[in-house]
Order: sequence, then C-alpha cells, then structure tokens
Amino acid sequence: MKEEIVIAGFGGQGVLSMGKILAYSGLMEDKEVTWMPSYGPEQRGGTANVTVIVSDERISSPILNMYDTAVVLNQQSLDKFEKMVKPGGVLIYDSYGIKTAPARSDINVYRIDAMEATFELNNSKAYNMVVLGALLKIDPMVTIDNVLAGLKKTLPERHWHLLPMNEAALRRGMELA
Amino acid sequence: MNDKVTLMKGNEALAVAAIRYGADGYFGYPITPQSEVLEKLEEEMPWETTGMVVLQAESEVAAINMVYAGASCGKTVLTSTSSPGFSLMQEGMSYMAASEVPALVINVMRGGPGLGTIHPSQADYFQAVKGGGHGDYRLITLAPASVQEMVDFVALGWDLAFKYRAVSMILADGVIGQMMEKVVLPEQRPRHTEEWIRENCPWAVNGRKGMRPKNIITSLELDDDKMEENNHRFQATYREIEKNEQRCELINTDDCDYLIVAFGSMARISQKAMELAAEEGIKVGIARPITLWPFPVDAIRKAAEGVKGILSVELSAGQLIEDIKLATECRYPVDIFHRLGGNVPAPDEILNALKEKLIKKLG
Repeated sequence: MKEEIVIAGFGGQGVLSMGKILAYSGLMEDKEVTWMPSYGPEQRGGTANVTVIVSDERISSPILNMYDTAVVLNQQSLDKFEKMVKPGGVLIYDSYGIKTAPARSDINVYRIDAMEATFELNNSKAYNMVVLGALLKIDPMVTIDNVLAGLKKTLPERHWHLLPMNEAALRRGMELA
Repeated sequence: MNDKVTLMKGNEALAVAAIRYGADGYFGYPITPQSEVLEKLEEEMPWETTGMVVLQAESEVAAINMVYAGASCGKTVLTSTSSPGFSLMQEGMSYMAASEVPALVINVMRGGPGLGTIHPSQADYFQAVKGGGHGDYRLITLAPASVQEMVDFVALGWDLAFKYRAVSMILADGVIGQMMEKVVLPEQRPRHTEEWIRENCPWAVNGRKGMRPKNIITSLELDDDKMEENNHRFQATYREIEKNEQRCELINTDDCDYLIVAFGSMARISQKAMELAAEEGIKVGIARPITLWPFPVDAIRKAAEGVKGILSVELSAGQLIEDIKLATECRYPVDIFHRLGGNVPAPDEILNALKEKLIKKLG
C-alpha cells in the first residue's frame, strides 16, 4: 500500500500536528513514512499544509504534485488542492467557511462538518482529531489503536490526561464520515 | 514496531547524532530553516550527560571562531547555520582550512542571495565546493538526501575531518532539515579522551606538559616560500581526498536513455519523476552525488556512458551543471532544470523539463 496525502488549512487548526500523528501511526505499523510541512512565517491565520506519505516501500519524493487523498479545511486550500487529487482519489472538506464547494466528479468527495462538531463537543482544540477520525473512517490506512499509541508517544506525560478527550474527538469524527 | 526506529526532523536527528558521536562542543546562532539543531541540543541537555558544551554565540562570526578554537585543541566540534550565516563564517572557514584543523560545519540552505527567503535552495553549491572564503582550499562536502543521512553523515563528516585534518561540511537544504522520516540513531559513543587526542592529534594545542615541542595553530605565514610549501601540502591532501573519498548513488543507470544528476532533496524529487517517466516507457537513470566535493567524477562518467542526454536538476541557476560538464568533458548534451529563490519543483515539473529540454531535441 501507498497513501499520498495532503492536509491543508489555516495555521493553528492543527494541520501539521494531525499529519504528525498520522505519520507516527504509520511508524507504529512498521511502514515507511515522510512528513513534509509547509514551513514559514505563518502561525495562526496563515495557510499551512503538510504532505504525509505512508507506504510499504521506500518513499522517493517527499514532495508531490498529485495526491491520493486531500483533506482541506479552508477555501484557499480547497481551491489549491482540489485539482491535485488523482482521478478516483478522495477529497475531504470541512464545509465551515466554504463558499465554493468542490466541483469535480471524477473523485470521491466527502463533506464533513467537523467545525460544527467541535462546537457541539465544546472543544475547538480537538478539531484536528475530529478531522482525523473522519479521514480514518473514509480511508482506514492505520488503525485507531495505533493512532492512540502514536499520540501517546508524541505527547509529553504531563498531557496524557488529555488522551481520553482526544479519543472521544476521534470517535466523533468517525461518526461524521 | 522496531524500538530503534524513531520519527524525527532532519535537523533534530542531526543534533542527536552529534551528541551520540561524542561531540565536545556545538557553537551556533539560530537561523531558519535549521534552528531546530540548536533547539534540540538545548532540549537534550548533553552537558548533563556526556559533558558536551552547547553554546548560542552572539553571531555566526563568533560561532565559527569558537569552532576554530575548539578544533585547534583537537576537540570534536561543530556549528550549523543557513545560507546568510554561512556567508558570515567564510573568514573562519578559510582560516581553519589554512590551519589544517578538523571540524564539522552544517549549512541547511535557504533561498538567496541576500537574506532571501527561508525556503529550500541549493544555491550555496559553489560557495561550498569551490571555496567560499579566500585562498585555495576545499571542504569535504556531503549532501544528505534523507533524515537517516543527516545522522550518518555526522559520523562520516567527523571521521573524514580527523583523517585528513580538513573541514567537513554537510550541505543540506530546507526540505531535508524540516521533513520528518524514520531514522535509526547510533549508540552513544564516549567523547574522545585527552589521551586519544594526544595520540591522534599530535598537532593539537592541548598543553604539552614538557612532553613535546610546542604546537602552534595559525593560518599566518609571512614567508612566501613557506606559504607556498604549505599550499602544496594542502593540495596534496586534497588530491588524496579526491582519490579516496568520491561517493555517489546510482539508480537505474545501467540501462537508461536519459540521466538526471541531482543531489539532496532534488535527487529525491527526481526519483519520483523517474518513476513517472517509467510509467510512460521513458528510461531515466539518476546519479546522486553524495560527496559534492570531491565530485564523484568516475561514477558520473560511468553513469553517462551511452545516454542520449543529461539533465542537471538543481535549486540553483547553473552551478551543479558546471561540474557535470567538467566530469563528462562535455561529451554528452547537458541541459538544466531549476527552480530558484526558495521554490521547489514537484516531480511532474522535472518530467516535463526532461521532455522539453532533452527528449524533444534529442529523440
């Protein structure tokens, strides 16, 4: 298997962290992984994206022009990455703030209302975990158990009490898809 | 899961590799896209475990001179920076080369010239391989193409530096520094003891305690004849390095019609272009110089045998291509594809360039 994924949105939405958790989960499953962020002066408010590749084989380029899956969380990212999904690939977008919905018919488009869900959960910080849950429901490239194990590995011990909250957000995301 | 495998950014992995090698000191000044080196070192606090010194200097000029001083004592020292910072270090680089001290310098390149951008570039190629400071000198220049090589080349760089009493440099770029990949870290090695330094670095200024004539580390020699003699000695060392230390990775070069030559991140992206080309029945091979100096002349010549044309894929405006032409003595058509100023091409851009610049013209 080989999954070439881009996750894109505003800085501060947890785009890079979500990619990192995905990469760690791939590592837990002994897969080859690369995580290539758009790095720059942007923090909250600017656009951010990350390319994650999870594969059974050695990965050549960490930078791609076409993706199996694009997860887009704002209009700018949708405009940029919709055309970069391979035919037959997956486009997941959060409807929040989207004015022009995706138009392609040769790809599988999934609308998720993740931002709305975080309002219900009263927990906007878990937004990226809701999105990740939805992504893994649609495309189960790694198991939830390994995501949780990967999360535990990336979080310092003082934040481990947040693990159940993150798991709840993941599971809520799976219901959205 | 293999416990020895971890996921790290290139910059972070390099920092840990320096500690694990048994480094005595790091001196540096933060600059994007390599600031994680210093950050990771401070997070790891090696001064409490191995006794390694980690110091944020007041400038790159100060940092390189601290490295010069440490190296003069036979210590295992390094600095890391990015392009504008590397320019500031050139005086120190030239002095260290003239003083024949071993050291490791890392440049995680960003877009220039000037302060430029913070995004990936390879435009310091000439500065690294032709000598960015004054005088006739060379740096052993290693070009990592993965996070694992960011780790492996720390050891290789220092081993070669001590072997030849030369400065080694790791020439990476923002892609290799910022991306995370799987990496296996080496075991912790002990730092060199004073006995080791006395035995292996008899030139070092580490206190003679009446045991030997005094050592002097200097780049100054006002007697022209003696300075010429020094230069001949430097050149003899460089010829020795050229003979022994050329390294290159060849991918699918045995049966290819077109050859891409690229290093670092560009070699990785070119591999994807090679895969895309294969889907269209176009046979592409890749020669990836691992040592940029000494340039892997023999491997490039071998890889070029029988190809219709060569494409230099670089993040600079015609630097690598010059060494390709020299290595192949202009026997093959060579063209260039590049992006500049911090922009990085996607794989399809490279494939399109190959079609436009070589296949259309040469068939």
